[in-house]
Amino acid sequence: MTDTAVDRELVHRAKAGELAAFEELVNRYETRVYTLARRIVGQEQDAEDVTQQTFLSAMEHLDGFREEASFHTWLMRIATHAALKVIRKRRGLRTVSLEEMTEPEEGQESLPHPEFIADWRQSPEELVQRREIQRLLDETLAQLDEKHRLVFLLRDVEGMTVQETATALELSEANVKVRLLRARLQLRELLTRELGDPARRLVRPAHPV
Amino acid sequence: MKCEELLLMLNEYVDGTVDPAICDEFEKHLAGCNPCQVVVDNIRKTITLYKDGKPYDLPIEFRERLHGFLRNRFKQAHPPGGKQP
Repeated sequence: MTDTAVDRELVHRAKAGELAAFEELVNRYETRVYTLARRIVGQEQDAEDVTQQTFLSAMEHLDGFREEASFHTWLMRIATHAALKVIRKRRGLRTVSLEEMTEPEEGQESLPHPEFIADWRQSPEELVQRREIQRLLDETLAQLDEKHRLVFLLRDVEGMTVQETATALELSEANVKVRLLRARLQLRELLTRELGDPARRLVRPAHPV
Repeated sequence: MKCEELLLMLNEYVDGTVDPAICDEFEKHLAGCNPCQVVVDNIRKTITLYKDGKPYDLPIEFRERLHGFLRNRFKQAHPPGGKQP
């Protein structure tokens, strides 16, 4: 995972004015920020703007950043906000705070029921070797509602905890969990249709009520 | 435990944060329900695929621009001989 001790040291030195330390922080996180941005905004130019804005914002607010906190989480939160700002601008909405966009608690009633159930033909290790797999993953992710995609990106891809994800997106932990579950089930469904072995597709038996 | 109930607890089971008593129920169900077993396996693999997926590398030209830009801004904010007021 991320080496928090190294981050803390670099942040400390960057705060004191050491350019090399700040640059090293950029080196350590630029790929992850850019990748997150790409997956949220969906295209290269905007992702570049988001990346630049993220590190600029981090630089400007570094003084107020408490070194005991996780730099990784803080940075991903800035990146997420910057990316959402771009999306809202695109849609012609005025920029609203995430808080205003927060939805009420989601119910658990309509979870996507697994329909296509089958073992995958290849393991994840084998799959990531295939050149076209990245495109499949991104196209599949793009099919999710933004609110589900965001939670999945932060929690499962970036590895943030439920609590960190909730803080970054200004949601309750309960909301994060429900959205995460929906995201995982939806992705499972879509990917299994592509990667599952149709010859071994299972039909869910009717269980007694 | 029925398939429906298992579905609700999927997150906790996959993340390993489920209550041990519920975990027992969960595994009892899985032992006798192949579809649920496969769904759990599918989900684990889905998460792994995305976690282990290739990140996007910064385009070279953009990366140079980015670093140049940040360097200049940083120097402005931290002039030699002391911090900005």
